[in-house]
Amino acid sequence: MRRLILIAIPYVWLLALFLIPFFIVVKISLSDVALARPPYMPQLDWSAGWEGIRNFFAALDFENFGFLTTDDLYWKAYLSSLQIAGISTLLTLIVGFPIAYGMARAPEHWRPTLMMLVILPFWTSFLIRVYAWMGILSQNGLLNGVLMSLGVIGEPLTILNTDVAVYIGIVYTYLPFMILPIYAALEKLDSSLLEAAEDLGCSRLTAFWLITVPLSKQGVIAGCFLVFIPAVGEFVIPSLLGGSETLMIGKVLYEEFFSNRDWPVASAVAVVLLLILVIPIVLFQRNEQKQREAEG
Amino acid sequence: MNRLSPFNVVSLTLGFAFLYLPMVILVIYSFNESKLVTVWAGFSTKWYGELVRNEAFLDAALVTLQVALLTSTLATILGTCAAYVLIRMHRFPGRTLFSGMIYAPLVMPDVILGLSLLLLFIGLNVDRGVLTIVLAHTTFAMCYVSVVVSSRLVAFDRSLEEAALDLGATPFQTFRLVTLPIIAPAVISGWLLAFTLSLDDLVIASFTAGPSSTTLPMKIFSAVRLGVSPEINALSTIMIAIVTVGVITASLVSKRAAVRRLREEKAAERA
Repeated sequence: MRRLILIAIPYVWLLALFLIPFFIVVKISLSDVALARPPYMPQLDWSAGWEGIRNFFAALDFENFGFLTTDDLYWKAYLSSLQIAGISTLLTLIVGFPIAYGMARAPEHWRPTLMMLVILPFWTSFLIRVYAWMGILSQNGLLNGVLMSLGVIGEPLTILNTDVAVYIGIVYTYLPFMILPIYAALEKLDSSLLEAAEDLGCSRLTAFWLITVPLSKQGVIAGCFLVFIPAVGEFVIPSLLGGSETLMIGKVLYEEFFSNRDWPVASAVAVVLLLILVIPIVLFQRNEQKQREAEG
Repeated sequence: MNRLSPFNVVSLTLGFAFLYLPMVILVIYSFNESKLVTVWAGFSTKWYGELVRNEAFLDAALVTLQVALLTSTLATILGTCAAYVLIRMHRFPGRTLFSGMIYAPLVMPDVILGLSLLLLFIGLNVDRGVLTIVLAHTTFAMCYVSVVVSSRLVAFDRSLEEAALDLGATPFQTFRLVTLPIIAPAVISGWLLAFTLSLDDLVIASFTAGPSSTTLPMKIFSAVRLGVSPEINALSTIMIAIVTVGVITASLVSKRAAVRRLREEKAAERA
């Protein structure tokens, strides 16, 4: 009996506040927008009994999903979100790998401190970390000021409110998610393998390429997914650092809901976004499982 | 392996400079006399004064603190239950669905979580306010707590629990007297994680908040949309300082506890 209660409490909570809300989104994505409160129809009419339920289901259709394909704002936003997330993931890997590599090669008594230095920014407010870049990248910001006083550039560069600023923002805020799994993989690497390779005549670079890279693959894959998946649906970074041309689906969804108040279309946007993310999420879970099996 | 090449030194230096410089700059400019970001007009704490007098920020900070305290406590209880169920109970109907529901919110975009919860609250005709934000935050924070706690439960010597049960303790007593003290560090870090997640969240709170319950991130976001302001720099500095002190204290305390445990174990061995 106790056992049942213990299972039921978190189970019911997640069913009620995670799974059921998601089915409501699906339902509303099949509804039509209406000038009412709440602003969509049909409404399920319980008092009309069986007839009411039938009428309700008859009024649902895929019209909103059709609308998403006709207005090119949406598919362009999906594509550009995937592209921005993909490029940022690659950049994060390029920045993060050497840091993780350096950490793994640092003397052992330094490592806990280095770990904490990587984790500390993660505890600091995400919003503040994005905001910090606004002052640096703006037209009369610090970066332009420094570059101009050094004489590198004659006129201030426009970085804030472009895609470049979005890339910088994503790399900066998601960097710990890339570093930690790669570091975890590299730290386990047996250094005698590298020594053996060098003894056998491998150059350092070849040894790195043939031993370090394959053995850290799992960490790299985990890091890439941890950056890519949330970056696709990112809202704060494109709205603060991106420009009016920066199209990202998280921002489109937010505006569809709060500015246009078109709840059915916003719900349809959410459903499609989730369908797109299911593939990388499943791949990520499988990679994690493989890693667990390799360890266990 | 334990020798840093010049390449390692350079990449570590540049990497940590990249991670920390933006925040250092933010902190420095919060003490700037001038309202402009590029012009340094001398040291001043006047923006902190303005901040303290700004009641809208203080109200929002109170709401945020209230939400974060309630969220982290609820999420810790629910998340610990969930972790226990996930690790210790291997067979019950719907277990796959359960573990799916624990892991999915970790990678789900905030906009989807926020939207779906708002539609639920509207469907149920619930008045939106502090309570709805707490419900929403608890739902995703409990998943993080359960991941943290379950990693500790996996690495746990089960014979201790079995011994307690054999010696006549009830399952509840066993949990309270044996399991809980051992997983306590993970439960505490889960609580801290849930607290910061709630403190930090903008998107889910914007969806589930009512008109009278603006949280601090919502307030910061609407101020920041208009551009950089020294008042926000001051607020950010205070938040960075609190987090830094908190994290360093927590790690020192846990390090001391680990050293003490090691010493006690050695003493027990000698005895």
